[in-house]
Amino acid sequence: MIRHDYSRVEPKRRAYIDPKKRQFAKAEFAQQNYEHRLNFYTLPPTAEITLEEFETWAINRLKVLSELEACSFRNRSQEETAEYMTSILNKYLPLRSNSSRGANLQEERKRDHYSHFILRLAFSSTEDLRRRFSHLETILFRLRFREDDPRERQDFVRTLDLEWEEVGEDEKRELRGQMLAAIGSKKGEEQDWFKVDWERVPELVSQRKVLLKRGMAYVPAREQTSLVVAEFTKRLDEQLELTARALPRLDEDDRLAPILAHLSQSFTAPEAAYSSSDANIDGLSAINAGAIDTLSQNFPLCMQNLHMTLRANSHLKHYGRLQYTLFLKGIGLSLEECIIFWRRSFKLMTDDKFHKEYKYNIRHSYGDVGGDANRRGRGYTPYSCQKILTEALPGPGQTHGCPYRTFTVENLTGLLQRVGVQDRETLQGVREDVKKQRYHVACNRVFESVHKKEIKKVKDEGSWSATDLDTIVHPNTYFKRSWLLKHLGEGNAGIVGGDKMEE
Amino acid sequence: MPHSVTPESTAAEEQPAIKAEQNAQDIAMADAPSSGEAEDKAKVNLEELFDDDDDSDGEFASNHLLTACSKISDKSQYSDPDVMRAFYQRLFPFRYLFQWLNHSAVPSTDFAHREFAFTLPNDVLQRYQSFPTADTFRKRCIADTPPRIDIGPVYSTNPRDRKTLRKASAFRPISRELVFDIDMDAYDDIRTCCTGANICQKCWTFITMSIKVVDVALRDDFGFKHVLWVYSGRRGAHAWVCDKRAREMDDSKRRAVYGYLEVLKGGDQGGKKVNVWRPLHPHLERSLKILPEYFQTTILAEQDPWAGENAAHLLNLIPDTKLREALQKKWDSSPGRPSASKWADIDSVAKSGALSKSSKELLEAKQDIVLEYTYPRLDADVGKKLNHLLKSPFVVHPATGRICVPIDPRKAEEFDPLSVPKVTELLVEIDEWKEEDVEKKIQDWEKTSLKPYIDYFRGFVAGLLKEEKESEKGGVKRERDEHGEAMEF
Repeated sequence: MIRHDYSRVEPKRRAYIDPKKRQFAKAEFAQQNYEHRLNFYTLPPTAEITLEEFETWAINRLKVLSELEACSFRNRSQEETAEYMTSILNKYLPLRSNSSRGANLQEERKRDHYSHFILRLAFSSTEDLRRRFSHLETILFRLRFREDDPRERQDFVRTLDLEWEEVGEDEKRELRGQMLAAIGSKKGEEQDWFKVDWERVPELVSQRKVLLKRGMAYVPAREQTSLVVAEFTKRLDEQLELTARALPRLDEDDRLAPILAHLSQSFTAPEAAYSSSDANIDGLSAINAGAIDTLSQNFPLCMQNLHMTLRANSHLKHYGRLQYTLFLKGIGLSLEECIIFWRRSFKLMTDDKFHKEYKYNIRHSYGDVGGDANRRGRGYTPYSCQKILTEALPGPGQTHGCPYRTFTVENLTGLLQRVGVQDRETLQGVREDVKKQRYHVACNRVFESVHKKEIKKVKDEGSWSATDLDTIVHPNTYFKRSWLLKHLGEGNAGIVGGDKMEE
Repeated sequence: MPHSVTPESTAAEEQPAIKAEQNAQDIAMADAPSSGEAEDKAKVNLEELFDDDDDSDGEFASNHLLTACSKISDKSQYSDPDVMRAFYQRLFPFRYLFQWLNHSAVPSTDFAHREFAFTLPNDVLQRYQSFPTADTFRKRCIADTPPRIDIGPVYSTNPRDRKTLRKASAFRPISRELVFDIDMDAYDDIRTCCTGANICQKCWTFITMSIKVVDVALRDDFGFKHVLWVYSGRRGAHAWVCDKRAREMDDSKRRAVYGYLEVLKGGDQGGKKVNVWRPLHPHLERSLKILPEYFQTTILAEQDPWAGENAAHLLNLIPDTKLREALQKKWDSSPGRPSASKWADIDSVAKSGALSKSSKELLEAKQDIVLEYTYPRLDADVGKKLNHLLKSPFVVHPATGRICVPIDPRKAEEFDPLSVPKVTELLVEIDEWKEEDVEKKIQDWEKTSLKPYIDYFRGFVAGLLKEEKESEKGGVKRERDEHGEAMEF
């Protein structure tokens, strides 16, 4: 049985039509009136739109969402994101407040509403898509919520019917000190406090920005955003789950389905920066386990760091191994050689322990074992910079991640000097990049400094096109480019060089 | 999704086969015989055992056991099948374990849909085992003598039937206890007394401190009442938060709890690990009331982490360059100076004028140092996901032979991991026990030093059951309705 979505408006056909004639009656669609700029998207749209509108509205919203995703990949702060997004939002998805007196208020809101639901259809099919969609929609909602006119925002919140208990005067007096300390405020400005189950504000709890007492979170009124946003995410996740279940019953002809499939495909591209062709490097013969030490000179800093730690400790922790194994897979090391490499590297370990505890994971990364999906996909894709930069920071004893992000500036400088980056100007540049959290810029800066001569040469000769020297966003691209540049004139003039192709 | 392979990073060394394969469900499926096969095998074994099982409480069986045990010296393999069989027959508290996971006396899906993972004597990991009752569970254990049992989540359907479902999505984890894993591994950079798998009384204090801090936060802040702490058998402890509210949390809420409790961030090259806001959050304020006492005794006196060269790390944590230089000079001239004196030096040198920043900043820096050396280091990967496996209480640690006994957090200081009974010792205790009161028949475990631990566990389970019952009384009608609806699916 399919559970119905009870929050839906009344069915399309009203009850006042004679039941016998109901199926012949023309459907009466509720033309929604959008009172507020913000929308919790509880009611699905019911009016008719053209196919063209269907597609363009969806694509516009998609553009906004992918820009938002790019912002979060680049570690932009909330303010930076807001600033960056202003023009994009105005262009693709304008949404003005009631006070702006625009003529198209209703139209704008309708587009916002409809496009949301179209994308909901497109992105509810898989767990992964659902998670990303809900994540991005949440960012978008938060952005709009923060910018909304305070009075209108209050009106909107009131319509949501959230159950919040206000903290009484007595309790407030008693806990005031602790409540203020918890939110990190030094001065005691008077404000209202709410008391809710802590599960409703996981964000605040996770950052330790709220007082917890016996399961209740004491939230200051100004943190309302967090509460409302959490509620938004919660409802959206539930709805997406329902949509996913209803999707197979859509029983669609070939008008909407292709559009939806196309939309969701163009959204799945975070790891596209790696292509398997990166593994094939002209002039570099099949790599074996013994060659890694030499090749490691061409590795990006993250991988050099892993390699050096491995050599120093004869061991790497799980995430480090995973990151490194995938990278090695990406440069063309075969599974057999990779197992040999790790076996030799863990030289303090017995064969038995190695086979029992480590070999499986290496084989899993290569897709040699594991579920059907894993084997068919030939294991995991080598991690991109994006992936490495957005995962959790390493804990004690762990070495994975991007050193530009995980090292302190002093340790980073030390590491760079150890791998032979001595140029003062470069180091200074790196320091500034890192301070601004532009980690990939720092990495590219180092690349350019290390390969200065070679880059100049290929530029002068014109043998490499501009795209060949584009910003590096994948450790494997780093390696490939580095290796090719260092082996110029050995019969591998270019990555996509025409003459090479004809041979 | 690369991330779905389970991180076996920190705790890995201790728990070999399981961790490596934890989320890689498929291998388990491949390795495990199809469930029908396994059951057949179990039946055969059971029949063989049946007689033995029946009179196991009698005098004869005890004598029999003695001869079996005499062959088992303390040095023999603790996971030897004979030892394991005797252990599961006589000592393992199946009844309370069942009640604990079932949340009531009548068998329910809370137990029947719960995943158990057996590590068999030949190191094969069998995942997705499930049992309708405590008795079937017991029989399987006696038949297979697994050296290790892990407990997973409760699934939406019986884990054994997962492959017969038409849609894979119908099989998903729906609840499990909120769990924590504290492992000595994480302390390797600040522990000087032992390395690797070894522990002593001194370094066990790290675990004691963690239990104190985490336990109070779970109870006072999050409002959880049923927190079970369990010794992991070698050098760590696990916590199982069993409240209904905790069991039903999704991954994001689990992450939130971990985020709340996590203070130390960054790898070995990341510099200062503690970066907290001022004013301090009440949780940290409270932790700083609990921890300094240990900092004085355990860290400064016993671990002596800044002896000789190692003082560089302490210097790095002091934000004031002028003070740092003054201290460096002082310590260079007396290389043998112990950590306690160095710690005291910070204040005395600062008072003598070598301080360019405010004394408040110095105090904060010192607080940060105390936190860095004493604050709990949780293995986050174990608890953030609903479907992770964790070793069951009361199983035997294969390397040490010690039982994974519960730790009473109110008396955490008194717990001594080195005096936890070993399985072989317990079996000898049963044999040496003299029948005092013939009238009353008593359980084998009551004859051993395992008794206080099982008594504690029984009390814990009783408390949990009582609350479950009360909450059910209130919501029984609704529960039933929901249940009925769910069945329709």
